[in-house]
Amino acid sequence: MKAALTNIWRMYVDGFRNMTVGRSLWIMILIKLFLIFAVMKLFFFPDILSTNYPDDDSRADAVREALCAPKDASPR
Amino acid sequence: MNDLLGLVDWSRAQFALTAMYHWLFVPLTIGLSVIVAVMETLYVRTGQERWKSITKFWMTLFGINFACGVATGIILEFEFGTNWSNYSWFVGDIFGAPLAIEGLFAFFMEATFVAVMFFGWNRVSKRFHLAATWLTALGVSLSALWILVANAWMQNPVGMEFDAVQMRNVMDNFWEVAFNSVAMNKFFHAVFSGWCLAGVFVIGVSSWLLWRKSNVEAAKSSMLVGAWIGFAGIVLTLATGHGSAQEVARVQPMKLAAMEGLYNGSVGQDLVGVGVLNHSKELGDKQDALAFSIDIPYGLSILIDGRTDTFVPGIEDLINGVSIDAKGDTVRTMSYAEKIASGKKAQEALLAFDTARKAGDETAMNEAQTILKENFANFGYGYFKDASQAVPPVALTFYSFRVMVMAGGYLLLLFVVILFVSYRKIKFLEKSWLHWVGIISIPVVWVCSQAGWIVAEVGRQPWVIQDLMPTTAAISDIPASSVQLTFWLFATIFTLLLVAEISIMLRYIGRTSKTDIETSKH
Repeated sequence: MKAALTNIWRMYVDGFRNMTVGRSLWIMILIKLFLIFAVMKLFFFPDILSTNYPDDDSRADAVREALCAPKDASPR
Repeated sequence: MNDLLGLVDWSRAQFALTAMYHWLFVPLTIGLSVIVAVMETLYVRTGQERWKSITKFWMTLFGINFACGVATGIILEFEFGTNWSNYSWFVGDIFGAPLAIEGLFAFFMEATFVAVMFFGWNRVSKRFHLAATWLTALGVSLSALWILVANAWMQNPVGMEFDAVQMRNVMDNFWEVAFNSVAMNKFFHAVFSGWCLAGVFVIGVSSWLLWRKSNVEAAKSSMLVGAWIGFAGIVLTLATGHGSAQEVARVQPMKLAAMEGLYNGSVGQDLVGVGVLNHSKELGDKQDALAFSIDIPYGLSILIDGRTDTFVPGIEDLINGVSIDAKGDTVRTMSYAEKIASGKKAQEALLAFDTARKAGDETAMNEAQTILKENFANFGYGYFKDASQAVPPVALTFYSFRVMVMAGGYLLLLFVVILFVSYRKIKFLEKSWLHWVGIISIPVVWVCSQAGWIVAEVGRQPWVIQDLMPTTAAISDIPASSVQLTFWLFATIFTLLLVAEISIMLRYIGRTSKTDIETSKH
């Protein structure tokens, strides 16, 4: 068991160490994940219902109000 | 009203932008994973080291695309919570469950086996490595399955019951959701189109290598594998596309009518092969819908159920509730005016239910709930003032459909030519015109793939959930300017990402073309 885990560990370590194109790809992935989760999600994409309403009942009421209020616009 | 329209349009534009960028990467991941697995299978079966090197070359391109595409879909989920909060709430766990399963599959299956694929050479046995490569391909396709299950539910909502207290739909039959007939067709259509796209990609890159007279043997071998997978992909895409069209006729007849620019249907309806719409055509006027067309006689009727005497309703037939049965008699179906009235009744019943619930009046609650249930199938029509609001953008749907079909036909021809040349006229593989045909086909297949999604998503407008929720009802009450800001932010980031992917790929292909693929380090 220990030998198998060591082998898996070595596979990852050697794999990352010997990467060629993979290095730039990992940098790109990390930058992308940072932008998505630390910038976009945090500053630009709040969950509107969770942010504005404290519990499920008030969220349901908000949606009921929104869905039953007439909307005067062409949906196309 | 202008604010609402601005908000709806920007929210839709943002979702379309994100989804289309995401879909640039996904089909290549789906198809290339299969091609790489086939190449590795050839290596394991023949024992030839050159197949191992060829596999590694394409696996690296798969890795570049995978890395660029990974997580671009997450942004769509952010948009649900911010821009489409009414929708997100209304769909309840039906949308969340498939997406959660997708996350688990994507994380466990792809992440585990991708690592073995890239790092496991010489560390695990040949057969174990091959199994990891196939399991990666399977994992990629299964991820797509759950996304398409979620999408298909929006096009054909089944397996749920609306809970008026929670104001959301509750899944009451998981299997009905998972095996929704629309989902099955969509899944196979999308996956096989990915094979086709990746086949063209492999042919295109191999053509470039042949044009440069670099790695000629590796390029020819790759081209043959790409052509076979691509050929299988396009044939199966056509077959499943036929199934999709039948499903559309059944559950979204308005979309089918828009795809054909068909305002007044008939028994033995022709299919428009090539056509130009008459752009001054308005609902209810007597003008022809098409300024020019070359039709396939009875084509649309045959497409729907294999019969020449089937009635296919047009946009105005659907609005007016007119159909023709198998005996040739005109029959009434529910008109859009009736559906609008029914939808309004459902919405009033929903409000009445809430008032009664707050007052603790159980009898009134039950009465309201009965009316709501009876009319819930038309709930979304209650938002429309008139039937014209329930018609999708005909021109975009019509032309996108034709672009997809024509490009698909061209790709079928391309695969046949490449296979014929590879087996019978091998000398033609040295011709530069053939190389350029291969290279130019790369953008064609992406246009074809994107056009398919435009047909599917624009054609179902104005609905986010068919018959239950139109786009205007689905959006959050947020300023249009904030959606505009994030639209441009995405446009910039995704464009940079695409430029990065293309430049990394080109640099890698260019560098490899100067070496011997069969000996270089990948």
